Amino acid sequence: MNINAISISFGGVKALDDYHLNLAPSRILGVIGPNGAGKTTLFNLITGFIRPDSGHIYFGDEEITHWEPHRIARKGISRSFQNICLFNRLSVIDNVIVGCQIRQHPSLLSALFKTPGFKRNEKKLRDSARRLLSVFGLEKQSDQRAMSLSYGDQRRLEIARALAARPKLLMIDEPAAGMNPRETEDLLALILKLRIEFDLTIILIEHNMNLVMPLCETIQVLNYGRLVAEGTPAEIQQNPEVIDAYLGDENDIASHGS
Amino acid sequence: MSSTAYFFQQFINALSLGSIYALVTIGLAMVFSILRLINFAHGDLMMIGSYAILMLFNAGLPVWTAILAGVAISGITGIIMERLCYRPLRGSAEMNTLLTSFAVVVLLENGAVLFFGPNTQPFGILNFIQPTLAVGSLLISKIDAITVVLTLAILILTALFIKKTTLGISMRAVADDLTASQLVGIPLNRVIVSAFFIGSLFAGLAGLLWSARAGKIFPLMGFIPVVKAFVAAVIGGFGSIPGAVIGGYVLGFAEVFFVALLPPDFQGYRDAFVFVLLIIILLVRPQGILGAKAMERRI
Repeated sequence: MNINAISISFGGVKALDDYHLNLAPSRILGVIGPNGAGKTTLFNLITGFIRPDSGHIYFGDEEITHWEPHRIARKGISRSFQNICLFNRLSVIDNVIVGCQIRQHPSLLSALFKTPGFKRNEKKLRDSARRLLSVFGLEKQSDQRAMSLSYGDQRRLEIARALAARPKLLMIDEPAAGMNPRETEDLLALILKLRIEFDLTIILIEHNMNLVMPLCETIQVLNYGRLVAEGTPAEIQQNPEVIDAYLGDENDIASHGS
Repeated sequence: MSSTAYFFQQFINALSLGSIYALVTIGLAMVFSILRLINFAHGDLMMIGSYAILMLFNAGLPVWTAILAGVAISGITGIIMERLCYRPLRGSAEMNTLLTSFAVVVLLENGAVLFFGPNTQPFGILNFIQPTLAVGSLLISKIDAITVVLTLAILILTALFIKKTTLGISMRAVADDLTASQLVGIPLNRVIVSAFFIGSLFAGLAGLLWSARAGKIFPLMGFIPVVKAFVAAVIGGFGSIPGAVIGGYVLGFAEVFFVALLPPDFQGYRDAFVFVLLIIILLVRPQGILGAKAMERRI
């Protein structure tokens, strides 16, 4: 993943200004910063949901700056959303199946005539969706409607759906929002497990430092659309500018954690 | 004829008419649930299918081949319609696409007048099927029986398709949340084209059954059925596919029993009755039978 000097403004506000990123495969990057710093805008840019005013985005050796969202998704970039964005009226397993289909798209004719190859594929999809749900401990709820799940389960289902596409890069937007310390700890373990099991590169947006600090190898700090700092968690915690803009002093960090 | 037998025959008649309405309404509802587009040109696909079948048959094709090809032509016309008329307007206001659908109606119907001539033509290609089937003392129209059985089979297949297949699940996902479905990488165009294709195939088939019932075809024949399908969709709850089926049958029964129960002098008002029914439903239960809250349960 390589991002070169992208900028975008909405009206007069520069949501992202001259942003750079160089992320090697299998790394975990944390993006932190106050609300409105441009973190989610960054995700929207990478997934092709909005287009930058200038700059270039590369994934692998291809430039994806102006691709359609579903094409980018197919290339191996999946995301979860800050405000949960599941198909509420679909069952849990159907949500995952929908995510799977990026990998193979049955033609309408094979679906209408139910060719043997089509049936095999459908069965394979359903099986792999079921396996994925069991990794997330959601297999018992697989026939419930997504909207009936608890908040934490909905968040995990979103990640499961994103993973169904077998992405190379997984982008997670505030997964710990609204979770208690216990759930956050479980989430940390889950993400570490997924990273190894699915060989993922991960970009994480999160306010909860109990998740960001132990998980991420590199952290970027955004403020008012500008990249304020980049470094290891230890470096970021020492950076005076970051402490000033976002983390606050030692005591604040301590209180943030509790 | 005993009144029981009369009732039973009217019952079959209503089932048959309701089946045709259900077939037409499914296509209307499928497209609406995904695009929020009420495609009034849907009825003209019935007309195109019927003309295609008749022309192919007159050109010497065996009747079943002509039917299959004609229905396929209707399906393909639906795909072309989406590509040429609706895709360029993707994302524009619902009012614009609705008006466009009226433009497509005018285009297709007048095109048909130019191409096939304005006159009504006899449509007798299913006449080789014996008109009636004797069940005990009852006489049932064979076309009606075929219509009912065929439609039931199609409805079951459609339900399985929507419930079980990836493409069907994707359709529901797009109907549930258009933005999210794009972001998880559902190929939107494929889903939309599929909805148009399936709906148009059903319209072609409904066209055949409708024309066989009427025994004639004419360029403007798609107008009444599409308006009826619109009413059926409103009855069932617009955008709901089970609702479309229920609405179709409710309308079929209401219409047939209106005609059967009232004195002959009033029978000419059957269409007026349908629209009075529409007005009453819009007043009493505007969300339709499976609409609004119940619609959440539909999937």
